[in-house]
Amino acid sequence: MRGMDAKSEFLKGTLDMLILKVVALGPIHGYAISQRIQQISKDVFQVQQGSLYPALHRLEDRDWLEAEWKPTETGREAKFYRLTRKGRRQLETEVRNWEQITGAVALILGTSE
Amino acid sequence: MKYWLRRIFRKQETEHQLDSELRFHLEQRIAERVETGETSEEACRQAHIEFGGVEAIKQECRESRRVHFFEVLLQDVRYGLRMLRRSPGFTAVAILTLTLGIGANTAIFSVVNGVLLNPLPYPHPEQLITLHESKPNFQYGSISYPNFRDWQKENRSFASMAIFRSSSFTLTGLGDAEQVRGYFVSSDFFPQLGITPVLGRNFRLGEDEIGAAPLALISEGFWQRKFGASKDALGKSITLDGKNYTIIGVIPARFGLTMIGFRTSNIYLPIGQWTNPLLPQRTAGLGIHGIGRLKPNFTIARAQADMERVSANLSAAYPDVNKGVGASLIPLTQLIVGEVRPFLLLLLVAVGFVLLISCVNIANLLLARSTLRKREFAVRIALGASAGRVIRQLLTESILLALSGGILGLCVSSVSIRAILNSVSSALPRAGEVTLDARVLGFTLVLSVISGIAFGLLPALRLRPELVSAVKERVLHSGGRWSVQRTFVVTEIALAMVLLVGTGLMVRSLTQLWNVNPGFNSHNLLTFGISLPPHMTNASPEAVRSSFRALEAELNSIPAVKASSFSWGAVPLQGDDEELFWMEGQPKPSSPNDMNWALNYVVGPDYLKAMQIPLVRGRFFTAHDDEHSPLVAVIDESLARRFFPSQDPIGKRINLSDQEKPAEIVGVVSHVRQWSLDDEDARELQPQLYRPFMQLPERNMVLAAGGVSVLLRFKGQSPGLVGEIRRHVRHLSSEHVLYDPMTMDQTISAGLATRRYSMALLSSFAALALLLAAIGIYGVISYFVGQRTQEIGVRMALGATRLNVIGLVLGQASRAALAGLLIGLVGSFALTRLLKNLLFGISATDPLTFVVVTVILGGAALLAGYLPARRATRVDPTVALRCE
Repeated sequence: MRGMDAKSEFLKGTLDMLILKVVALGPIHGYAISQRIQQISKDVFQVQQGSLYPALHRLEDRDWLEAEWKPTETGREAKFYRLTRKGRRQLETEVRNWEQITGAVALILGTSE
Repeated sequence: MKYWLRRIFRKQETEHQLDSELRFHLEQRIAERVETGETSEEACRQAHIEFGGVEAIKQECRESRRVHFFEVLLQDVRYGLRMLRRSPGFTAVAILTLTLGIGANTAIFSVVNGVLLNPLPYPHPEQLITLHESKPNFQYGSISYPNFRDWQKENRSFASMAIFRSSSFTLTGLGDAEQVRGYFVSSDFFPQLGITPVLGRNFRLGEDEIGAAPLALISEGFWQRKFGASKDALGKSITLDGKNYTIIGVIPARFGLTMIGFRTSNIYLPIGQWTNPLLPQRTAGLGIHGIGRLKPNFTIARAQADMERVSANLSAAYPDVNKGVGASLIPLTQLIVGEVRPFLLLLLVAVGFVLLISCVNIANLLLARSTLRKREFAVRIALGASAGRVIRQLLTESILLALSGGILGLCVSSVSIRAILNSVSSALPRAGEVTLDARVLGFTLVLSVISGIAFGLLPALRLRPELVSAVKERVLHSGGRWSVQRTFVVTEIALAMVLLVGTGLMVRSLTQLWNVNPGFNSHNLLTFGISLPPHMTNASPEAVRSSFRALEAELNSIPAVKASSFSWGAVPLQGDDEELFWMEGQPKPSSPNDMNWALNYVVGPDYLKAMQIPLVRGRFFTAHDDEHSPLVAVIDESLARRFFPSQDPIGKRINLSDQEKPAEIVGVVSHVRQWSLDDEDARELQPQLYRPFMQLPERNMVLAAGGVSVLLRFKGQSPGLVGEIRRHVRHLSSEHVLYDPMTMDQTISAGLATRRYSMALLSSFAALALLLAAIGIYGVISYFVGQRTQEIGVRMALGATRLNVIGLVLGQASRAALAGLLIGLVGSFALTRLLKNLLFGISATDPLTFVVVTVILGGAALLAGYLPARRATRVDPTVALRCE
């Protein structure tokens, strides 16, 4: 992700979660995933291809995503990713963890000096 | 799971997909940029810049996938195969050794599997129990017909039971007259074994009773041979011993029951058709045995208790004849394979030893090789492989070797096993059921993998501490390796020692058995059966006697015949028969079990001459001891000792159970082995009684027309003798049938067949073990010499003689050999005890065997050490000194 240390495990995990969340909305190909993340985050996150594709393959290898080759609206064949049941559970855990962490961080930041 | 499979097998496709996926992304990006108004070239350039290095991304994608166990395995296998191809000599030797080792194990295991492990080919074979009558002289004696019927009615533990009795018949009316084997069986015999006729039906209830209609079942082979497998055979009649029987069914060829007292035959008749007048007598011992099927959930112990109850009731009901009579039960499986079981297990252990020695040998080779490959491993480790990874690679290689050996071994054994089984089928029950089934394949696979790990692990592990430092070291001074190698050699020699001692003991037992004096001269002695023409079974006793006299004269007229004798009753080592007697002047005992029992030989005057049995006292029979003269008998020393202790039996008279008048004892002959060469002394019934053939009671004389044995001593080698005899017999009539010709040596050899074949196999395994051990010693001592080349060179430069050098090298060899022999000796003492029941005439610690084996093995070890030692003396000191 632009502007952040992409090697950091913490952020890698965040990217995974974002991808899972986007894919959870429906079968989608890699290019559209990067577009979606950019759109939804209002251009805060611009996912680099160099991070996106290894992440997709990692998630597929862990059986959180499964892929299928299907034609797009334009008729080109593309690799569409879909969430597996395992992936959905993973997403739920990650979201829960994220909420705990951000909640805790917000609590700390929210304390007045 | 499915994912890595796809990746292994469709690696190219995965690559292609990765490529397409990234290209799609790029193209989408270009299209989007073009839409915003850029020229296509500009869009393309920008998109590429934005995207970054495609190859780098691809590599990262590949790496983001976990490396899978099977992918590593595949890699290791490929690498391993390359390494094995690079050293063809080592690979060939290792695979050859393993082929022999695993092949022999597969072959023996397939026999063990087919004979001992697989259930018998009958429904619920564990319920099948053989039945015998126990009585004073026989634990597993024959069942009398009336007792069988009572057992059938009164037992509560068997779903069914049946009896059988072997017989032979003269078949006429279907081509030339011939003698056919058959069995009298009771109705439940086939149904309880689950055998249904391929055509027609089994005997029904009641059809096996005395006096029922004459019916017959024939074998499928007989049906094809005599009736061309025609359905019309049903309802036709066949003529056996001149009597017609209606064929009602055809027994399938797959029925292959073979056990003591039974083998598949051509004809099966209902037991009630047997014309033997003794059949309805409760006391008759006619060679009838039984098989029963237990009711579901009944154990043999419960059945035994039940039969004891039945027997007790029968003893109470018939106290005069059934006193002391019980039932003995043996599981069918045990009766069929019990005798070969210890031999098969012994062979299995022996091949196991051979494989162990093979593994030690290969471990040794691998150890030597791993030293050579140390640099290769060091480089791999320097490049980032873990030590575990290298060890895994080594294990993969050794398992590859073992599997190759296993597959080749499987091929070798599947090709050879048929041929071997065919040649031993007479000695091996269920030989026809031996196949390479799934269990054998699994055994071979597991054995291969275990062997691979066994011989691969130690060399691989030994490498571990050395791996790290190997890069720095130029020369390897590994005293540790030498000690491991020596341990290997010691182990090999110890293993070989145990195997050789075991084999030696078994071979000595066999020679002892061959040299047992059976009490007669078994060489140049022919036995066969002969029956008079079928119509003679209805003739008068006088006519039968004169027909036998003519036959005897004809046989004795053959130039190659030195002496011949008819024999009715028992024939040594072939079949037994008993006669009951009581002393003259005593009242006839009411129960046959209170009479005296003796083996019954009814023979001609030339019997002693034919058998070459020594006469001890008195005289033997002459041609004058016939139907007109007073009854006479000859006894053996065993009977004399038992019934006439410290008195002269000659002139004493005894009452015979089948004669009206007493017979006078006229002679004593020495004892003959009746039962077998090995466990004769264990049999209870030893006394032997001889009676003149022509004094056979009249009703038996008529029965004898249906077939008697002939014992015939011939001159020198007489290959065409049987044909010559047939031609002479044909002078008398074309309806005499001569059957089952066999020399007595063949009989003895057949009796020892299980032992002989086991010994042949065991000896070849032992020879293989010896050879492998010698190769092992040779290899290790060669290595020792190679390592010490420099030292030897220095020694020789300083004036050591060739003898000194040989002494140095042989010293190493003999120290290892001595340690191995010592451990082997201790192991042998401990293990050969287990063989005790298989040995004959020697102890499990037979000193001769131990000494001979020690000498042979020690000699082989020294020879294997001497060859490299001699090479060491040829070391040129200048070369040796320069070589560092």
